[in-house]
Amino acid sequence: MTAPALVVRDLSVSVGGSRVVDGVDLEVAAGETFALLGESGCGKSMTALALMRLLPPGGRVRSGSVRLDGEELLDLPEYAMRGVRGGRLGMIFQEPQTSLNPVLRVGDQIAEAARLHDPAADPRRRAVELLAAVGIPDPERRVREFPHQLSGGMKQRVMIAMALAGRPRLLIADEPTTALDVTIQAQVLDLLADLRRETGMAMMLITHDLGVVAESAGRLAIMYAGQILESAPVGAFFAAPAHPYGRMLLAALPTGERRGGHLAAIEGRVPSPDEALQGCRFAPRCPQAEARCHRQPPDWHPVGPGHRVRCHLWAQGGHGAHVDVPVAKGPGAEEGAAAPLLETQGLQVHFPIRKGLLKRVVGRVRAVDGIDLHLDAGRTLALVGESGCGKTTCGKALLQLIRPTGGRVLYRGRDLAALSGRALRPFRRELQIVFQDPFAAMNPRMLVGDIVAEGLVAQGLAKDRAERRARVAELLERVGIAPEAAARYPHEFSGGQRQRICIARALAVEPRLIVCDEPTSALDVSVQAQILNLLHDLQTGLGLAYLFITHDISVVAYLAHEVAVMYLGRIVERGRVEAVLAAPLHPYTRALLSAVPEPDPASRRQRIHLEGDMPSPADPPGGCHFHPRCPEADARCAREYPPLRTLSSGRVVACHHVPDG
Amino acid sequence: MSAYLLRRVLYAIPILIGVNLLTFVLFFVVNSPDDMARMHLGVKRVTPAAIEEWKRERGYDRPLLYNERGEGLARFTDTIFFQKSLALFRFDFGTSDSGRDIGYDISQRMWPSLAIAVPTLLVGLALNVTLALTLVFFRATYVDFWGLVGLVALMSISGLFYIIGGQYLVGKLLHLVPISGYDTGLAAAKFLILPVVVGVVSGIGSGGRWYRTLFLEEVGKDYVRTARAKGLGEARVMFGHVFRNALIPILTGVVVILPLLFMGSLIVESFFGIPGLGSYTIDAIQRQDFAIVRAMVFLGSVLYILGLILTDISYTLVDPRVRLE
Amino acid sequence: MMVVLWTDALLWLVFALGLGYGLYAARRPHLRAPWRRVVRSRTALAAAVVLAAYAVVGLLDSIHLRAGPRDQGPYAGEVVSLLDRLLTPLRVHQEKTYAAPFALHLYARETVQGPDGRPLRTWPRLRWAPEGVDEAHKAGHILRLALKGVLWGLMAWLAFWGLLAAALARVRRATFGGTARRLVRGGDPVPWPTLLGTAALVLVVAGVLAAWAPHYHVLGTDKVGEDVLYQALKSVRTGIVIGTLTTLVMLPAAILLGIAAGYFRGWVDDVIQYVYTTLSSIPGVLLIAAAVLMLQIYMSNHPGEFDSLVRRADLRLLFLCLILGITSWTTLCRLLRGETLKLRDQDYVQAAHAFGVAHFTIIARHILPNVLHIVLITLVLDFSGLVLAEAVLSYVNIGVDPTMNSWGNMINGARLELAREPMVWWSLAAAFLFMFGLVLAANLLSDVVQAAFDPRTRGARR
Repeated sequence: MTAPALVVRDLSVSVGGSRVVDGVDLEVAAGETFALLGESGCGKSMTALALMRLLPPGGRVRSGSVRLDGEELLDLPEYAMRGVRGGRLGMIFQEPQTSLNPVLRVGDQIAEAARLHDPAADPRRRAVELLAAVGIPDPERRVREFPHQLSGGMKQRVMIAMALAGRPRLLIADEPTTALDVTIQAQVLDLLADLRRETGMAMMLITHDLGVVAESAGRLAIMYAGQILESAPVGAFFAAPAHPYGRMLLAALPTGERRGGHLAAIEGRVPSPDEALQGCRFAPRCPQAEARCHRQPPDWHPVGPGHRVRCHLWAQGGHGAHVDVPVAKGPGAEEGAAAPLLETQGLQVHFPIRKGLLKRVVGRVRAVDGIDLHLDAGRTLALVGESGCGKTTCGKALLQLIRPTGGRVLYRGRDLAALSGRALRPFRRELQIVFQDPFAAMNPRMLVGDIVAEGLVAQGLAKDRAERRARVAELLERVGIAPEAAARYPHEFSGGQRQRICIARALAVEPRLIVCDEPTSALDVSVQAQILNLLHDLQTGLGLAYLFITHDISVVAYLAHEVAVMYLGRIVERGRVEAVLAAPLHPYTRALLSAVPEPDPASRRQRIHLEGDMPSPADPPGGCHFHPRCPEADARCAREYPPLRTLSSGRVVACHHVPDG
Repeated sequence: MSAYLLRRVLYAIPILIGVNLLTFVLFFVVNSPDDMARMHLGVKRVTPAAIEEWKRERGYDRPLLYNERGEGLARFTDTIFFQKSLALFRFDFGTSDSGRDIGYDISQRMWPSLAIAVPTLLVGLALNVTLALTLVFFRATYVDFWGLVGLVALMSISGLFYIIGGQYLVGKLLHLVPISGYDTGLAAAKFLILPVVVGVVSGIGSGGRWYRTLFLEEVGKDYVRTARAKGLGEARVMFGHVFRNALIPILTGVVVILPLLFMGSLIVESFFGIPGLGSYTIDAIQRQDFAIVRAMVFLGSVLYILGLILTDISYTLVDPRVRLE
Repeated sequence: MMVVLWTDALLWLVFALGLGYGLYAARRPHLRAPWRRVVRSRTALAAAVVLAAYAVVGLLDSIHLRAGPRDQGPYAGEVVSLLDRLLTPLRVHQEKTYAAPFALHLYARETVQGPDGRPLRTWPRLRWAPEGVDEAHKAGHILRLALKGVLWGLMAWLAFWGLLAAALARVRRATFGGTARRLVRGGDPVPWPTLLGTAALVLVVAGVLAAWAPHYHVLGTDKVGEDVLYQALKSVRTGIVIGTLTTLVMLPAAILLGIAAGYFRGWVDDVIQYVYTTLSSIPGVLLIAAAVLMLQIYMSNHPGEFDSLVRRADLRLLFLCLILGITSWTTLCRLLRGETLKLRDQDYVQAAHAFGVAHFTIIARHILPNVLHIVLITLVLDFSGLVLAEAVLSYVNIGVDPTMNSWGNMINGARLELAREPMVWWSLAAAFLFMFGLVLAANLLSDVVQAAFDPRTRGARR
C-alpha cells in the first residue's frame, strides 16, 4: 500500500448529545477508492462532514484525529481549514438538485472555487476546462446556464467539477449517485473512476449500495450504528464476508437465483444513536449472538491481508457460521390462466400544455402513450423504467386515480376507464395500491387502526365496530405487526413497519390486484428483504396479482414473472422475466441491464454506455424515441417509430434492428 | 411572457368591476343618497327641498341603475351607477362633495406622499436587511436572542406611539425639526425628516424580524453547505450565496407595495400635516366625503393589481428559475 | 339580572372553544407534542401567564348585569359588568378634570372661594382624595398601602402555588410536599419556576393596585375626571374582543372556501380566487372606513333600533370585527388553498381515492386535520396585529364607538395633551403600558407557537 492520504483515528462525533459516530478508524491510500458502506442512519455522512469540519449546528467532534497527508485537520484554525476545504479535500453531495445555488450561473459557482484554490489560473477559463473534463458537452455555453437548466446527472457533474477545481488529494463522494437513474449512475461512476486514474487523487465513496461498491471500490469498510464492523479489500469481502452483518446484507439482496425462496431479512431495526449499547452494536439483530455479544464490545480480529473484523464469533473460529436461508418454493400461480385479470389496450395519459392569451392547448405531455399490458391472476408483472418514463402515471391510470385520456383498461372484461365515479366504486375493492414513500402514504393525524380500516368503512365491509376491530387486528398480524399497533400513530413506526401497515391497508378490502409503486426503493436493503418476503408470501397465500413498478432490476429478477420495459411513455420490450433478463433484445433494455451494478466484483461485464439524458415526454424525438441515445441507430430509426412486434419466442419488442424469429 | 402579462392585465378588468360593484352597493344601495344628504345637512335643516338641492348639486339626483325617463342609451348612462361608478374606469373621478376636482387634487397631492414614502421604504429596507444579516451572522448566540427579543418588543408598540414619541422627543424637547407642516421644493426637506425617521423606526421590528426569518431559512439549505465545502469564508457565504437567494422574496415583497406608495401613509401624513394623499383620504373619511373615498378605493385597487403584475415581472428578473407562461 | 351582549356571548364561546381544543389536543399526540414544546419554553410560559391575567380581566368584563334599583349613584339602572362591580370605587370616584397620578389636588388651578370668602386661585383638593392625608403624609400612606397590597398578592400567590401543586400531585400521584418543592426549585421539563415567578409578579402588582385604587387615582384622571386606570382596564376587553372575534368570525368562510378552492380546483377555484383577489385589492383601511361610515349613517338614521347606548356600542364593535375579518380572511384563505393543493396529491389522499372514499369524508379526515396548524398559527399571529389596528382605526374615528373604552379612544382623546403646558402624560402612558403588555406577550407567545407548529421552521431552529 502506498502512503495513506487520509488517516482517521478514533473519531467520535455527537449531534445534539447523541453519539452518531463512535471511535471510527479509517485509512485511505493515495489514488485508491475506499468505500464506506452502511444503511441509512449509520453515521457515514456525519463521518464525512466531520472530516470536512462541516458538521451541522449542534454537532461536534468529541475526540479523535484526522490527518490529511500527515497534517492534523482537527487542530487547524478555521481560516486554515478553509484552505483545505475545497482544496486538498473536496466533497460532493447526494442531492445535486439542492446542492447548487439556484440563482448563480454554474460557471460562476465553479470559478468561485477555482479562484480560491488556484489563483494563478483565469477562473473563467478554468470553469470551462473543468466542465469539459467532467464530460459536459458544449462547456462554453453551459458555464452561462443556471442549475435548473441542467438535468440531474449534469448537475452532479457540475458538483464534481467544482470539487476538482481545488485539485483535491482526496475526494469525498457522499452517495453521489443515489438520486440518479441507473444509466446516469453508470455515467457518473465511470467519470469518477476516470478522473481518479487521471489525477491520482484518492476517493472516499460513501454509499449504501453493495453493487456500486463491488464495481467501483478497491477497499471497503462497513459501518453500523456509528461503528465500523469490518474492513476489507472488496474482492475478499464479497468472496467471504467475515461479519454476520455483512453476510446477511449480501444474503438479503434479491437476485434471480433466489426466486421463489425467502431472502435473508435482518429482523428489527438499526438502534437509534441515543440508545446506550454495551456490547456489540449488532448483537440485538444478530441471529448468532451469544451472551457476551450483548455484554462486551468485541475487539478487532485479523481475517486476511488488509481484512479485519470486529466480532466475538470470529475469535472463536466461528467463521464457518453462515446464514441459513430456508428456500421453500411456493406453489405460485401457473401461467396460462384463462382470461387475463387485467388488460390495457392503447392506454394513454396525456397532460395538456396550455400557453398564450387564451390558454390554448399547444402541446401535450405524453406521459403514457399507448400501452398494452396484460396481467393474469396470481402473477406479477414488473413495469421497469427510469424516472420520468411514465410508469407511475401508468399505475395510477390503471386504478383510475388519474383518468386516462385514451385507450381502455379492462378488468375482467369491464372497461374501467368508461365508468363514472359511482359505478367505479365496487371495482375499488378489487384493485389497490401500495406507494413508494411509506412516510407520505399515511395520514399522520390518524391512528393506525383507523388507517387500516379506511377501506373497510368506505366499502361497507364491516358491520360494526367490533367486527372492524377484529378485522384490523387480523390484517396487522398477517403483515407481521402486533395488533396493539392499531392504537398508535404512524410516526411511531419505522419505514419498513409503515410499509407493512400500508400493505395491510390495501389488503383490507381483499383485492385481487395490487399496484406496487416502488414499494421498497425508499427502504434499506435489509428492510427491503422483509417487504419482498411479505409480498411473496401474500401472493402464494392469497393468489394476488401484482403490477410491480420499479427501476430496480434485481427486484424484478427476484419477484416478477413477466416484465415490461418502458421508455418515454411506451413499452419497448415485454416478455418473461428469465428470457428478457438473460437475453435482452431492445438496445435500451440491454443498456439498462448492463448499467446495473452487480454486487459481485468477479463479474465485470461490458457496460453499454448511454449518452445524454432521457428527453422530455412533452417533446419526444421523432422516429424511435430512443434513437438519439441508441448505439445502433440508423437513418430509419430517426424516421419511423418501430412497431411493437411479437416474436416467435413470444417476446414483444419495438425495434427495427431485432430480427424476426 | 407578453401574452402572460396581457392576460394578467385583462384579468384586472373583472376584478375592478367587482370592486366597483362592491363600492356601489356599499355607497348607494345600503344607504340611499337621501340618507347621505340627511346626514350631511344635519338634523335641523332637513327639508325635502334641501335634500333634493343637495343631491342635485352633486349629481345624485339620478336613479341608481335604470333611468325610465331616459331615451335610448341614456336609460343606462344617465344613472348614478354609470355616472359615478363606471366613470372611474376612465380615471374620471368627478368632483368631491365639497365641489373640488378630485383628479386634480390627486395629481397635486401624490408628490408629498411619495416624498415621504420612497425615502422611508429605501432607508427602512437597507436598515432592516443589515440588521437581519447581522443577527443571522450571530445566529445561535446571545446577540441573536436579545436582538430578536428587541425586535419583538419594537413591533409590539403601536405606530401611534412612535409618532407621538417622535414628535415629542425630536420636535418638542430637542427642537431639531418642525413638528408638522409642509413646504414646497427643497424647503420641504426639513419637514420630511421626522416623518421618515418615524416611519423607518416603526418598521424596524416587523421588517427586521421577517428578513431574519428569510435569511435563516436560506442558511439551512444544501447549497450553503456546498459553498462552505468549497472553502468559502462565512462572509462570502453570507453575501455571495445566502443574501442572493433571500433577496428574491425581499425584493418581490417590496415590489408588490411599490405602487401603493402613491397612496401615502394615512396616519403619518395626518399627524405631521403633510398635504399628501394619505391625509387627503383621512380628511375625506372624517368629513364623510364619499366621492373621494370612492375614488381612493378604486385607485387603491388599480395600484394593488399593478403591484401584483410588477411582482410577477420582478420574479423573472431576479429568479432565473421563473419564466412566465 | 344578566344582560347578554353579542360580544359577551361570542367571547365566552371563544373561551369554550379554547377549552374544547385543549381537551381535544391533549388526547392527540401530534397536537400534544408541539404544545409540549410551547409549554417548555420559558418565554412562552411567562407570556401565557400575562395573557391569562388580561383574559381574566376581559372575561370578567364580559358578564353584564343590569344594576338593580338598590344600586346607588349615577349608574342606577345601567348595564354594568362584573368587572365594573369589582372596580366600583374606581368607577364612581369621578373628579372634575385632570388629576396627576397619586395627586391629592386637581392638576389645574381654579378659582375657588377661600375660607375668608374671597376668590382664591389654587389647586382644589380632589373630591375623592383620601381623608386626613396631606402632602406631608402622602408618601407614608402610599407605602403602607403598597405593603398591604404586596401582602395580598403574596397570599394569593401562595394559594395559587398550593392549588397548582395539589392538582399536579394528584395527576402524577406524587406527594404534595415534594411536588410543591419541585415547582419552585425546577428540574421538570416544564419551567415551573418561570410560571410561578411570573404569576407572583402579576399577583403582587394586582394586589398593590387593589390596595391603592380605592384611595388614589393611580394613573391620574382624564379631562372629564374619569380614572385612567379604570379606562385602561375596561379597554382590555375591547382589545381582546377585536383580537379574537375578528379571526373567529372569518374562520368558517376562510376554511371552507380555502379548502374547497384547493381541493376541487377548476371553476370552483377560479370563482373563489376571484372573490378573494377582488376583496384584497381594496385597501383595507378604505374598505373599513367605507363600511363603518355606512354603519354610522345607518345608525344615525335609525336611532330607534338600539335600546341602549351599551348595546349600540356593542353592535358597532361586533360590526367592526366583522369588517376587519372581511379584510383579513383572504390571507388565510390563500394559505389554506395552497396547502390543500399540496395535500390533495399526497399518497394518503390518493389511497383514500383508491378505496372510493367520498370527497366530503376525505376533506374531513385527511385535509382538514392537516391544515389546522395553519389556522392556529394565523389565529395567534393575527391577534397582536388586530389589537394594534384597533388603536389606529379608533384614532381615525372609524374604530369602536367613541363612548366605548378602548386604548385607541384613549390615545385619540389624549394626543393633544402632550402639547399642553403643563404636559398631561398619564393617559398616553397608561394606554401605552397596557397595550404594550398585551401585544408583547401575544407576540412572544405566537413566536413560540409558530416555531412549534410550522414544520418549515421546526428544523431551522436549534
